[in-house]
Amino acid sequence: MTNWKLWLPFGLFALFFIVVAGGLISPSDRTITSKMIGKPLPAFDLPQAVADRPALSTADFNTGTPRLLNIFASWCVPCIAEAPHLQALSDAGAEINGVAIRDKPEDVAAFLARNGNPYTRIGADNLSSVQLEIGSSGVPETFVVDGQGRITYQHIGDIRASDVPMLLEKLEEAR
Amino acid sequence: MIAEAGLACLWLAAALSLLQLLAGGFSLAGRGEQLASIIRPVAIMQGILVAIAFVMLIWLFLRTDLSVKLVAMNSHSAKPFLYKFAGTWGNHEGSMLLWVTIMGLSGSCIALLEKRLRSDTMIATLAAQAFVSIGFYAFLLFSSNPFERLPSPVPEGQGLNPLLQDPGLAFHPPTLYIGYVGLSVAFSFAVGALITRNVGPVFARAMRPWVLGAWIFLTLGITAGSYWAYYELGWGGWWFWDPVENASLMPWLAATALLHSVSVLATRGALRTWTIMLAVVAFSMSMVGTFLVRSGILTSVHAFAVDPERGSFILALLAIYIGGALALFAIRAATIREGTRFSFFSREGALVLNNVLLTAILGIVLIGTLYPLLTEAMGTKVSVGPPYFNPVGAAFALPMLVVMAAGPLLRWRGDSGRKLINMMALPVLAAAVTLLVVVLFGGRIGILPLLGLILATGLAIASIIPLWGRNLLRTPLNIWGMVIAHLGIAVALFGMASESAFNQEVLVASQPGESHEVGPYTLTFNAIEPVAGPNWTALEANITARVTGSDSSDTLNPQSRNFSSPPTQTSEAALLTRWNGQLYVVLGEENADGRWQLRLWWKPFVTFIWYGGLLIGLGGLLALIGRTVRDIRRRAHDMQDEENEQDQQAGEAAA
Repeated sequence: MTNWKLWLPFGLFALFFIVVAGGLISPSDRTITSKMIGKPLPAFDLPQAVADRPALSTADFNTGTPRLLNIFASWCVPCIAEAPHLQALSDAGAEINGVAIRDKPEDVAAFLARNGNPYTRIGADNLSSVQLEIGSSGVPETFVVDGQGRITYQHIGDIRASDVPMLLEKLEEAR
Repeated sequence: MIAEAGLACLWLAAALSLLQLLAGGFSLAGRGEQLASIIRPVAIMQGILVAIAFVMLIWLFLRTDLSVKLVAMNSHSAKPFLYKFAGTWGNHEGSMLLWVTIMGLSGSCIALLEKRLRSDTMIATLAAQAFVSIGFYAFLLFSSNPFERLPSPVPEGQGLNPLLQDPGLAFHPPTLYIGYVGLSVAFSFAVGALITRNVGPVFARAMRPWVLGAWIFLTLGITAGSYWAYYELGWGGWWFWDPVENASLMPWLAATALLHSVSVLATRGALRTWTIMLAVVAFSMSMVGTFLVRSGILTSVHAFAVDPERGSFILALLAIYIGGALALFAIRAATIREGTRFSFFSREGALVLNNVLLTAILGIVLIGTLYPLLTEAMGTKVSVGPPYFNPVGAAFALPMLVVMAAGPLLRWRGDSGRKLINMMALPVLAAAVTLLVVVLFGGRIGILPLLGLILATGLAIASIIPLWGRNLLRTPLNIWGMVIAHLGIAVALFGMASESAFNQEVLVASQPGESHEVGPYTLTFNAIEPVAGPNWTALEANITARVTGSDSSDTLNPQSRNFSSPPTQTSEAALLTRWNGQLYVVLGEENADGRWQLRLWWKPFVTFIWYGGLLIGLGGLLALIGRTVRDIRRRAHDMQDEENEQDQQAGEAAA
């Protein structure tokens, strides 16, 4: 074995170190300006994700009232963490629609039974196609959509308690 | 006074570990022969002192001394005795003290017991062990002092996270820690061997019991942790691919690979560089695990000790130890003599293949765990879950299971393919029968659970073939160990596959008097009653479970518990365990119309997952006993030879 190959593990470790140290030093800036802001929602028509909530399509957003579009999945751990805050938003009067990513109806139902169900409509995006078109790269993510179906804000990652007033404000601005 | 005495012991132990390092360093540099002689006693004393410090902390918790900050933050006078005791390590500072205590005690054990290793390698090993300890002592003393006093005692403590108030907690963390720290010993041996250019079978035999011991504890720790999450979190799942779970799995994967490669090194003198590398990787995975848990850098449902400052400290330690060891490896590995060559079609060949596949799985888990961090650095936040881990992990785990079935049937050095085919006939037949049975009677199940069931039966049969034709009483314990551990993997795999293939879940809104069916059971919801415990009150459902059509019945009492301090609501699942599965019942909330949410699961053979884990641990224990006894005999034999030789020489001289 030549000498440089022996340094390979060290190099990989250095890479690991840089990534983690970077993550540790810069508390992630969670307010990213999305390219989707100001654009209308992509056209989609998703089937029902659970029996007791209606399906979701682009047409549903053209009602005049702004709402939140939450991208989630029953297999996603941060989604559990954000569930109570979504509930708080719903309690404060926000209308929340959900898109369940790569999920099964029984899993979504179990997830909602466990963590609460703040959604008025839930669409099932089994191939992540809507997720890709809407410019969301992971779960959970939350979009503020105005009454004409235009995206006005994109929140990446889980909603924390401190984000609740900010999102309510964004909803108000979208009116 | 107890706290001050504990702190004093901790400082003294830290000072001794510095002395241990310096003495080792100077004597290796050839300055001071006498320094070498103090290193063993110093290591023993250091272990004793740190153990005393830990006992002091336990004492403070048992007395609920509320003038000590850690006790006030994490304990409560009304807490049951067991949890006051276990609460000692149910927090960051206490668990770090437990970590250095185990480390100190294992240093003592090496100093007391290890007699085979060349003395310079031994000194280097103890010095390396001291070097690692110093970092953790510094961490404790400068950044997380467990004995810190409050300016004035508080009237009452803040309690312990109710999720942690469970008998499982009393054993799960210490077990895992012993495993993690055991790997630090393997790491020290590897560094010692690299420094003194002494990588060979003797070194491998000295390191093996530590790797085996650490691996047994990791296995049991993961098994216990998985069961704890299964019944305490009330989600009905037993593995979530959560970063903290992965943090315990990764060292286990590395230790499993190390365990097998160290055997090749001990038996055949091959895989020298690779074994050293794995020893470093195994300990780095322990540290990476600790780092991920403590720094809160990844979102996890398990994160209860999150603090970025502590994260930076652990990361700094990680950089020094792992970076240092890998640099040492890069400089020295070229000087390690090439081991014996061997043919691919042999026991060694199978072990190498197993090592490669295990390492690949390790890499997959590591990438999946760190991926959210990587993408976050690029500005997006994602969560990686089972849709990634299950299929990608299985792509490597399934071939590994095949190698695992075949490997033990091969002889060392080289073997014939025809013989292997003959021996594999029975396992393959068993797997085919399973396939037939599942296809005919199993209904529609996923491809992964199906493959899991098939491989589990094949592997179960294959794993006991090495006992074929042997006198079972005279079979060495380490063979028994291998057979039982491999059988354990098959049993656990069967449980996992069966649970995911045949699991039945029913969600109902029920009111007293109603009955529901799940699996072979009919459950009758009788009543909701309030009950009270030592530091909680709960609403308890009374449910009668009856195998549909039979008379005998059992009562299940799932609870929705409210803890007073800190105020938290938890859900206590009720479990009914039968040989062929478990009934799992969770009480949810009350709906507006007075109906109660009930979640009912029937999980066929789910308990096999943990029985398998226990079998794996038992196999490890048997191997450890077998190896140790054999080593002691061999040593006694060698000494006999030496004495004979001396006698002979003396005789010749006299003549």
